[in-house]
Amino acid sequence: MAEGAQKEYWRWPEGTWVNPDIDWQKGTIITAGVDVGSVSSQGVVVVDGELYSFGNTRTGFDSPDSARKAMDRALAETDLTLGNIDYCIGTGYGRVNVPMAQRTITEIACHARGANFMYGPEVRTVMDMGGQDCKAINCDDKGKVLNFMMNDKCAAGTGRGMEVFADLIRVPVWEIGPRSFQIEKEPPTISSTCVVFAKSEVMGLLEQGVPENDIIAAYCAAMAHRIMGLLNHLGVHEKFVITGGIAKNEGVVKRLEEALGIKTAEQVWYKAEYQDCPFDTQIAGAVGAALFAEAMVSKGKVKSVRKA
Amino acid sequence: MQALYGFQDGSGDWFISIDTDKCTGCGACVTVCPAQALEVGEDEYDPLSEVHVARVRNAERKKIRYTCAPCRPGYGENPTPCVAACEPGAIAHSDAWQHAYAHK
Repeated sequence: MAEGAQKEYWRWPEGTWVNPDIDWQKGTIITAGVDVGSVSSQGVVVVDGELYSFGNTRTGFDSPDSARKAMDRALAETDLTLGNIDYCIGTGYGRVNVPMAQRTITEIACHARGANFMYGPEVRTVMDMGGQDCKAINCDDKGKVLNFMMNDKCAAGTGRGMEVFADLIRVPVWEIGPRSFQIEKEPPTISSTCVVFAKSEVMGLLEQGVPENDIIAAYCAAMAHRIMGLLNHLGVHEKFVITGGIAKNEGVVKRLEEALGIKTAEQVWYKAEYQDCPFDTQIAGAVGAALFAEAMVSKGKVKSVRKA
Repeated sequence: MQALYGFQDGSGDWFISIDTDKCTGCGACVTVCPAQALEVGEDEYDPLSEVHVARVRNAERKKIRYTCAPCRPGYGENPTPCVAACEPGAIAHSDAWQHAYAHK
């Protein structure tokens, strides 16, 4: 390109974390969950039901490769290898393409279970804002799904839409939340929910000279509005939490809270011993998968495949 | 739980709902479905449960509107074969079929 390498505004920070308080060699059951989504992939390792490590990365064009990358990230700073893992469960869009997984579970069940672990047993409604779909899930105190609504025919108002938008207006994706509140008054929302139409609508606004922050606010509001429909359909109960990448965007979350009249739960770990662990809303699905694996191995429902 | 299989689009909600608490996994619906859209298997949304339940086959979920249409769900003279065959009354169709086709 003429002006040299173009900045990629959609690129969000990838993460990894290892629990310093756990020695995996003392653990009896080591399980893993791999969530290969349409935009991001996560690998989580759980030792005896306690979070040991996780890695969060972008999904590439190759699902098996993305699953490996996510797991590599989770294992990178540990001396644990894939051979030490008792059981691994794949979840998410690309779940059938996870080479190290022994079985798959739908991401709906995994997100409910993961949110139950991360936010605590009082969680009743989980909204998973994924890369290309959103799901509203009602669950009980054990993280068991009671009912759910999914919007999967169209990717409008989801994570990828936000990335496309960030690239279009040339604002890094993590700045969109804070900047959407640097406005004088709330602008009218973007009327199209379709990403392609919204893109041309935003182009039109830019040409009219509408301030950038106003456009950002308008787009965040449009996204919140779209999620509202799904949630009203299902019914929202407290404690209400959001998982997935959009949960990190306060511009959408705060507008959604305002429209619903219900606050989302604070993004802190339910278990106090994890307070030093970064609270990554994107790992909920993989956490759930790893916990399911742990439950299955300890109940003897599946056989351990541990090699070392 | 109410397991919904299908999709939502601009024309409405196109879902088969199966109440997994009522479903006994007997498989009566599977045999009567003319489109072979149903199967009995592990409860996808409760992987720790031992009970097998009826569910819609994965390949049919995104085209359920067209798969189910010949049975006239919700608006024919008779209930659809799956609904009629289900003794515990666990199966239901969303009302989009009725709204979209009943007047024709």
